Amino acid sequence: MRDMLKLVNGPQTVGNGVPFWVAFLVVLASALAYPAFADPYDVGNFAYFLIWVFMAMGLCLMWGYCGMLSFGQTFFFGIAGYSYGVLAINLGGGSMTILALALAISLAAVSALVLGYFMIWGRVGGVFFGIVTLSATLVLAFFLGQTAGPEWRIGEARLNGFNGMKGMEPLNIPWFEGETLYFEGSSLYYLAIGLILIVYLALRVLLNSRFGNVIVAIREDPQRAELLGYDVRKYQLMTFIIGSSLAGLSGVLYTSWGQFITPSSVGLPAAAMPIVWVAFSGRGDITATLVGSFLILVAFQTITVHSQQAALVLMGAMLLATVMIAPQGFVIGVARGVGRLFRGRRVATTSS
Amino acid sequence: MAQILETSSLSKSFGGLAAVSDVALAVAEGEIHCLIGPNGAGKSTLFKLIIGTYPPTAGSIAFRGEDVTQQRPYERVKRGMSIKMQTPSIFKELPVRQNIHIALQHHVAKAELAREEDRLLGLLELTNEATKAAGALSHGQQQWLEIGMALALKPALILMDEPTAGMSPEETFRTGELIHQLNAGGMTILVVEHDMTFVRQIAQHVTVMHFGKVFVRGSIGEILSDPRVAEIYLGKPHDQ
Repeated sequence: MRDMLKLVNGPQTVGNGVPFWVAFLVVLASALAYPAFADPYDVGNFAYFLIWVFMAMGLCLMWGYCGMLSFGQTFFFGIAGYSYGVLAINLGGGSMTILALALAISLAAVSALVLGYFMIWGRVGGVFFGIVTLSATLVLAFFLGQTAGPEWRIGEARLNGFNGMKGMEPLNIPWFEGETLYFEGSSLYYLAIGLILIVYLALRVLLNSRFGNVIVAIREDPQRAELLGYDVRKYQLMTFIIGSSLAGLSGVLYTSWGQFITPSSVGLPAAAMPIVWVAFSGRGDITATLVGSFLILVAFQTITVHSQQAALVLMGAMLLATVMIAPQGFVIGVARGVGRLFRGRRVATTSS
Repeated sequence: MAQILETSSLSKSFGGLAAVSDVALAVAEGEIHCLIGPNGAGKSTLFKLIIGTYPPTAGSIAFRGEDVTQQRPYERVKRGMSIKMQTPSIFKELPVRQNIHIALQHHVAKAELAREEDRLLGLLELTNEATKAAGALSHGQQQWLEIGMALALKPALILMDEPTAGMSPEETFRTGELIHQLNAGGMTILVVEHDMTFVRQIAQHVTVMHFGKVFVRGSIGEILSDPRVAEIYLGKPHDQ
């Protein structure tokens, strides 16, 4: 256990010193205190932004650390989001929504296992990995779009084509004195914060472990990694499953948040978003992805209120600027700059 | 002496080009065996067939008495093979120490890892470069780092494809010394090399390849005195 905790810091993660963890605790405490001061509407909005961060962290793991650019994380988002809806409606809501959450994420994981097996064992790599995953999400979006007829139902749940599936209960659990706690508004916000904390710390441990060393080796040179005795395919598949399950978690939370899901959340513009978030933030670091994706989502939503077109143009401009100016990502660039500043000051203090 | 590696009728064709043709190579346990021949003779292709990055068109490969022809590279590595490729194949973005760490981590106990990393870095004379990105090393140092990563696996047989390419004469000599040191510890070493001074320094047995086939084999003395070998390297004199 102590060894595992030590792995929270390591070569694969930026921010390993005391100043980082102090800043981390300050941010966490502020996040926990936020609902006490903020308008409930804003808290609900923040919960919505946090929901997407899991998908971004999953893509960062796959693309930034293992070198597999998936353009179709929304495929797993959609599989889990729709599965949650179907299961929550058919299982009858209540605490069964938690079972629906677990089963929906498992379905996303199994989908990743099947799709990943055929791609990785079939030696689909590089840009073709992106093309196949993009095709998968477009096929799913197309399929869901033509399910408007009443024959497209699973049990009690109607898929409803482009109008989307609705009528599922949000995640909820029995609470004290016979009450039910629905994860909406601030309770959804706290659930998202708790899950992000667990996933973020678990990913840091994973990335700084033996497994993390192998996946960065695969990113650098897959042939050399295999020639050191690692079955590269198994590591890639496991990474793909973990990353896609996180996209699935986002999908479930999204469906639970709005109590609806439509094919547009699986289509091309939605599929491009995680790439922009992760590229802009810095795909090489999980903390940069967490912080950057959240900030972009806030900015995107703020601009969308005034003009959706302007928000999409901004996303495109950000992607272009990232590629041209900071291919490693803007947030990671700023983080490294701050790190250098700290080290520079420390050296200056020591030498004086 | 028992054979650690034996290939039988091993062939590899790329379309109509037979890069390796009907090669029977036997490497005895504990020897330093050099594979020489002009450019395009099929030496590097033969190495890729032995380690498994190329599937053969025909023939078989036995390693420590076991047929490994159908095994993937990582399975052959787990059975005791290791390779240093022709061009440095290292993790360039990662620090030197992490390169060594990744090579060591799956067969060295956690408590021993740091000590073993230090030992290897010292052996490779890369202690002062441990925190540098591997891609920032000089070409010769990158070659040494890759040799170190191959050695970290504690292989029974190590394949080295032009280990001294791009090295200075001093670095080349030191590499030869290192090879002797490893061989004295019981390691079998199969080397592809063009530098004949280096081959003289290390080789116990030599196999010469030409046009994808085994041309001649023997001790280093026999090979150097064979006029046919000089001919394939230098061509025939005009008066013959």
